[in-house]
Amino acid sequence: MVNLIEINNVSKTYGNYKALNNISIKVPKQSIYGLLGPNGAGKTTLIRMLNQITAPDEGEIIFNGEKLNRDHISDIGYLPEERGLYKAMKVGEQAIYLAQLKGVSKKEAEKRLKQWFHKFGITDWWNKKVEELSKGMQQKIQFIVTVIHNPQLLIFDEPFSGFDPINVNLLKKEILELRDKGATIIFSTHNMASVEELCDNIMLINKGEKILEGSVYQVKQDFKDNNFEVVLRQQTTDNGQHPLNLPEGFSIISEKNNINGETTFIISADKNINPNILINHLTEFGTIVSYHELLPSINDIFINKVNS
Amino acid sequence: MNKLGIIIKREYLTRVKKKSFLIITFLGPIFFVALMIAPTLLALNSDKMESKKAIAVLDETGWFYKKFDNTEANTFVYHNPEENLDSLKKLVFERVYDAILYIPGTSLNIPVNAKLFSNKQISMTLSSYIENTMKKEVEHKKLLASGIDPDIVKSATTNINVSTIRMDSDDKEETRYTELESIIGILLAFIIYFSIFLFSSQVLRSVIVEKTNRIVEVIISSVKPFELMMGKIIGNAMVGLTQFVAWIILTLAIYFVASGIILGPEMMSPTGTVMSQEISKLTETTARQDIMLEAINMVQSINFSAILWSFLFYFLFGFLLYAALFAAIGGMVDNETDSTQFTTVLTIPLILAIACSPAMMENPESGLTLWLSMIPFTSPIAMMIRIPFGIPYWQLGVSVTILILTFVLTTWLAAKIYRTGILMYGKKPTLKEIWKWLKY
Repeated sequence: MVNLIEINNVSKTYGNYKALNNISIKVPKQSIYGLLGPNGAGKTTLIRMLNQITAPDEGEIIFNGEKLNRDHISDIGYLPEERGLYKAMKVGEQAIYLAQLKGVSKKEAEKRLKQWFHKFGITDWWNKKVEELSKGMQQKIQFIVTVIHNPQLLIFDEPFSGFDPINVNLLKKEILELRDKGATIIFSTHNMASVEELCDNIMLINKGEKILEGSVYQVKQDFKDNNFEVVLRQQTTDNGQHPLNLPEGFSIISEKNNINGETTFIISADKNINPNILINHLTEFGTIVSYHELLPSINDIFINKVNS
Repeated sequence: MNKLGIIIKREYLTRVKKKSFLIITFLGPIFFVALMIAPTLLALNSDKMESKKAIAVLDETGWFYKKFDNTEANTFVYHNPEENLDSLKKLVFERVYDAILYIPGTSLNIPVNAKLFSNKQISMTLSSYIENTMKKEVEHKKLLASGIDPDIVKSATTNINVSTIRMDSDDKEETRYTELESIIGILLAFIIYFSIFLFSSQVLRSVIVEKTNRIVEVIISSVKPFELMMGKIIGNAMVGLTQFVAWIILTLAIYFVASGIILGPEMMSPTGTVMSQEISKLTETTARQDIMLEAINMVQSINFSAILWSFLFYFLFGFLLYAALFAAIGGMVDNETDSTQFTTVLTIPLILAIACSPAMMENPESGLTLWLSMIPFTSPIAMMIRIPFGIPYWQLGVSVTILILTFVLTTWLAAKIYRTGILMYGKKPTLKEIWKWLKY
């Protein structure tokens, strides 16, 4: 099996409201999959289906080659967007309880928790009540109980919302580490920077419909405008600067003189034209300080697609 | 341990470990024992506690000279009717007398009024003793004046006692003790009423806590909402049963210890209870022997095991029924304040049943009683009132069946509301929306 999750033609309707319409996705094993979409797009509905909190009206979900069923509960770790802990309960006791609900024996849960608490340097919190901990501290506990049963699939719904920057970094590091150890991760987020940083694949969903899907690289390639940014130190002649003229198929979008005598050009190229022609041409006008292709950010693509 | 078991265990332990639970568990029996011992204690000590009272009698009619008996508690001192009332009153403040009994002369020459002056509260016993003595004396004098021998009237006075006996078709006859049955019935009905309220509210609170703490979604990604709801309901039912059992054991334990210490060893009869000591005191006279036999008959006429089992059944299923509904409400709302309007509507049947209890005790065979003991929302209370009086088995069977079936149906519906409601944050659903949830 290449894919851990295969969602085939899934639809869900609440009354007259179509939350998901004929959605199909494939999540490769040991990858990080980003679920993007504005509020109310259907991300949480999809995630709740994977957690078997709700069931699809139509379509099916395949987990590791089998139809998703209650046995898979212990293979999935879920950190919901609306998350919390029992305030009046002690940290250790609570973590054991939540691990037991995921099918880990009490003894094993205790052993694993001690390791995690040690890793995060929080062993002295074991007998504290959750309400005595700061929000950042509670977030660490929430993360630990999400992964305590070593699930194959981890689902994080808006994992970075409400986390402070230090915990965000910790979480990112742990997510990557878990992926490297073999876990598959699905996360939904509005934080586009983290999507580019972490995700291998993404899906954009809006109003219950899939808008686009693919690897982050491919999506960017598909949506690029063929623009290049060039910084040039031009040769000066007696008549001042030699004006830049471009070969056929290229045109200057903008031009900016930098204080150090260099000029930054944004140049657009026609599709299917080899950018090397441009480089060869530019060398005649001066020294190329830098040259790179401008790719759209996932943020731009997101806004662009949702608005259209 | 399966997941339902894990949830039940957590619900049970978090409730049982709470200070409030421990306090109620220990204070309850102390309160019950106080109720049981206090009357005996008061009766035993009333003589010792009250010092002897001196009462001056100023009788302007002259009818009651030497008619009041001097006892251990009271001494009556008869003054000359010519004396001044005000000068006697002064003696009260000088603590020569505790009270002055003033019987003014009347124009009709038949004394009907008397005044008891004191600077302290006069006990009911004393004033009613005076009333009775005066009444007897005036009646006696009136009879004599009409030419009737008071002894004839005395010999004609008879005590009539009507025993209620219920006949069964199989020729069994049973004497009924309506008062005792009523007391047991109303007491159990109240315990059920309060327990259902108390423990159902715990379920409600437990649901709301998970919602407000935002932990519920984590939990239902591990267990089915139905398991979570049932875990809460069963866990709290077990807390309730634990409380009852603890109350019964502790009450008995404290009762024996306390009656030993407070009432002293001399009060303890060979069987060790004050009650039997009291009864053996009563047997001293043959007249009182009847009362004792009556008391034993009374106690034996009550089918305690039937009452206990039906109490446990109706508590359990009454609680389960209401707890399921309360859990659904907990799922619907975001905080306890919002839940009040829903729970108020739900508890109307319980309040109605309690409100109807005097009428049901008055006539346990009435149509009202029958209906209330069949409707599952009122039957746990109505049956507690009916059962001590005895009830046909088929009616009990029908009531039990209806209650169990309603519980199953209600839990099924409640689970549907609960599982959708617990994931709705920050808005109060309309009835229309709730109706939709039932169909998801």
